[in-house]
Parts: sequence; C-alpha cells; structure tokens
Amino acid sequence: MIFEDEPVPGYPLPILPGHTSPGRFERVLRAGQFAVTSELAPPDSADPEEVYRRARIFDGYVDAINATDGSGANCHMSSLAVCALLTRVGYAPVMQISCRDRNRIAIQGDILGGAAMGVCNLLCLTGDGVQAGDHPQAMPVFDLDSLTLLETARTLRDEHHFLSGRKISCAPRVLLGAAENPFAQPTEFRARRLAKKVNAGAQFIQTQFCYDLPLLKAFMGQVEDLGVLESVFILVGLGPLRSARTAEWIRTHVPGVHIPDAVIKRLAGAADSALEGRNLCIDMIQEIRAIKGVHGVHLMAYRQEEAVADIIARSGVLNGRVPWYPGRAPQVN
Amino acid sequence: MYALRQWSVRHAGGMNTFYRAFESALVALHPVWQRIGYTRLERPVAAVEKSVKGLLFDCRMCGQCILSSTGMSCPMNCPKNLRNGPCGGVRADGHCEVRPEMKCVWLEAVAGSARIPGGTDALGLVQNAVDRRLQGKSSWLRVVRERVGARP
Repeated sequence: MIFEDEPVPGYPLPILPGHTSPGRFERVLRAGQFAVTSELAPPDSADPEEVYRRARIFDGYVDAINATDGSGANCHMSSLAVCALLTRVGYAPVMQISCRDRNRIAIQGDILGGAAMGVCNLLCLTGDGVQAGDHPQAMPVFDLDSLTLLETARTLRDEHHFLSGRKISCAPRVLLGAAENPFAQPTEFRARRLAKKVNAGAQFIQTQFCYDLPLLKAFMGQVEDLGVLESVFILVGLGPLRSARTAEWIRTHVPGVHIPDAVIKRLAGAADSALEGRNLCIDMIQEIRAIKGVHGVHLMAYRQEEAVADIIARSGVLNGRVPWYPGRAPQVN
Repeated sequence: MYALRQWSVRHAGGMNTFYRAFESALVALHPVWQRIGYTRLERPVAAVEKSVKGLLFDCRMCGQCILSSTGMSCPMNCPKNLRNGPCGGVRADGHCEVRPEMKCVWLEAVAGSARIPGGTDALGLVQNAVDRRLQGKSSWLRVVRERVGARP
C-alpha cells in the first residue's frame, strides 16, 4: 500500500486527524483494511544485514513487523535496536516491550528512544518467565505488568510526563497494543482482561496462536458483550505447524498454546504435513476474517518465515493490495 | 502455607466480611494510634500483620494490600507479581507457567472474587504499579491513615 503523502523512506507520515501515530500500520487499520502482521526473530548477531535479511522475507505481504523482545526469555538482539534498523529504511515495526527484563526507568527511556527512532507501534507484554529461556539464573524484574505498562506508555503520550510527573518536551506518537490469550485458563476472564487492557490504553490486540475457532468465536462474542469491540483492532495470531509431532511438542512444552486433538489428527493424516500446516492456516484465515471485530491476522512462523508469503498469497486476504516495502515502485493504491 | 492459602480463597466471603469489620475497628481506634504515634507502631504492627497474613495468604508484605480486590488470593505470589490478571502462560491444568506445582494465583482470584460481594467488578479495576518503597511496611496502618485523611 502506498499513500499519496508518502514520505522519503525512514521519515514519518503526516498524522491524520483522529490518528495517534505517524505510522502506516495505523493508517491501514483505520482505513478498514484487513491487516497482516508478522514477527521477526531478532538475530543472535551484531550484524544489521541479518535484520534486513529477515525483514525482506515479508516484503509485499505484511503491514507491520513485530520485533520480539527476548521472546521465550532467550537472549537476542534488542527489540529497540531491531526497530531502529527497520525504521531507517521505512519498515513499520511493532516494538515489543516485555516487563521481564527492565524496570519502569528503563522502559520509559526505551519508549522515548523508540519513538525518536521512528517507532510508531508498541506492543506491551508481560513477558515469559526467565525459567523458560537460556538464562534461567537471571533476575526476573516484572516491576510493571502489561496493564501498568500500557498506562505508562499512554501517560507519556497523552499527558506528556513521566510516571514521576516530570515533563517531557516531545511526546512519543505511538499506537498502543497488547496481547491476549483467549485460549488459556481462566477462559471466562480473558475477554474482561482484554477490556481492561483497552481501558488502560490498548488500541490494538494481537492474540496468542489460535487453533481453536469455536473458542475464538466465543471469546469474540464476550468481547462484543462487554462493549469494547468498537474501540480496539483485534488481530488474531496464527502459525503454521510443521507436523503432528511438532504440534504435540508445542502443546506440551510451550505454556499457553492450546492445540485441539482434531488439528493434530489432521496433520498426522496428511501426506505432506508441512503443507497441511499451511493449508490449515489458510482455512483458519478464511473463517477468521468473517468474524465480527477481527481486523487482521498476526502470523508467527518461527524458523519458517518464508511460509508467511505463501499463506497470505494463497489466502487472498490482501484482496490484491500490496503492503509497502522498501524499494517498492511509487504508485498509489 | 499453601494449603491454608487455598482455604482462605475458599472462604473469601467470610474473610472479606471479617476484614471489613477489622478495618473499621482500626479506623475507630485512630485517636489511640495517633497518641502512641504511627511511627512507633509501624514495626510491631507490621510484624503482627506479617505473621497473620503470612499464615493465611502467604503474604509478601508489599505494603499495598489488594486482597479484597483479588478474591483473597495474594497476587504477589504470582512469580511475575501480576496485580492485574493472569499472564498468557497459564497451563491447561490451570497451573503456573513458572511454578508448575502451584495453581495460578489468578485462577484462585477469579474463583475467590465470586464469593465476595462486588468482587467480580473489583477484578476489572486497573491496579497501580507497585510502590516498591512500601515493601515490608504495614498495609493496615496505611489504610487507616488514608481513611481518616491523616498524613501518610
């Protein structure tokens, strides 16, 4: 997608009336388009080219790229640095901030720093526990939680001061997001938790992996009953499963990922299970796009990032729209 | 103690009623506390609070108790100190991602809140970030001073 007021790559778009950020992700959402986001796994490297290589895989298929923040409590290049590299060439990153590794002093500094580097979208997360990663001996910080992190970011943006009350001269113009897991216990509380996040400032939500449509539909119904469907853009998390064995491993070892038996059966019965995993994603997209209140999908394809383009292309979910990417021919659509 | 902590959540309604009466009594006794001096009272009261609430709730003495808003399940027992609801990592059996032997404190909180009048609404409140300076201080004395409008 290319806008009429397209800036030189790396520079912000003008902020439209009613928008909170100068970013293209918010433009796509508010234009009512079905948005596609994906996730970039930051490299275990200090080489910027590695970041660009990982981003280019998504060129033409995604509206924003999430930069994870020590996901799974494993050490990688920082989310802030990945975002700074991406914005230099015009990509629209979503900077993930987890509460696990930094206190409120560091986090507020990073929000200002990110915005200064052109980051227009933040995803406020609690973060995985340190026991899950490769540094289980580390100090878990959790000074803030995802809700107070949202409030903190909103305070910086809308009230132009730190939590201490000290003024900031230029507020970070960011779209605020949060995560929700409709499939984890206590399921009856999940929609209300989402509503709580919206009240704390969340403007978009990216969900945990969805493999259970009835549960998702029930969740979306509850969100609607709570009256917050109109005030938030919900993107449903999806990811291709490679095989029945991988699926089995994920559901027993990755806390919070719920995979029904039917999905595992479908993968086990397929001749090419990796292809079936992608087909499953495509089928899910077709159903998900029809659910009221769903504004897009968030594809997480760790170590099979090339699957994202295939899934999006075959699902036809972009309706012929080509998201902007560096070097794209400048014609408006 | 874990078993006692779970008992407290099962009896969240009674616990809450008792605490309301206890808090009113503490507030009524404000003139007495003022005569003795809140500063002098801080250490002994905190010690009593720590032993009572430690026994009943595995209290961590954060100094800003919100048990009445969390169904008598102390959120500081969450390994991530989450005071606004469960994280996304709760296991399928309802146990904690970090400490698999423990039930998620937020599952307990949701169950306990249903036993307190208005408890379910209280879960919807966005709780402020923890003030780490209050760690180890008496929550009871702080509440009394807040309610009588005295200088904290």
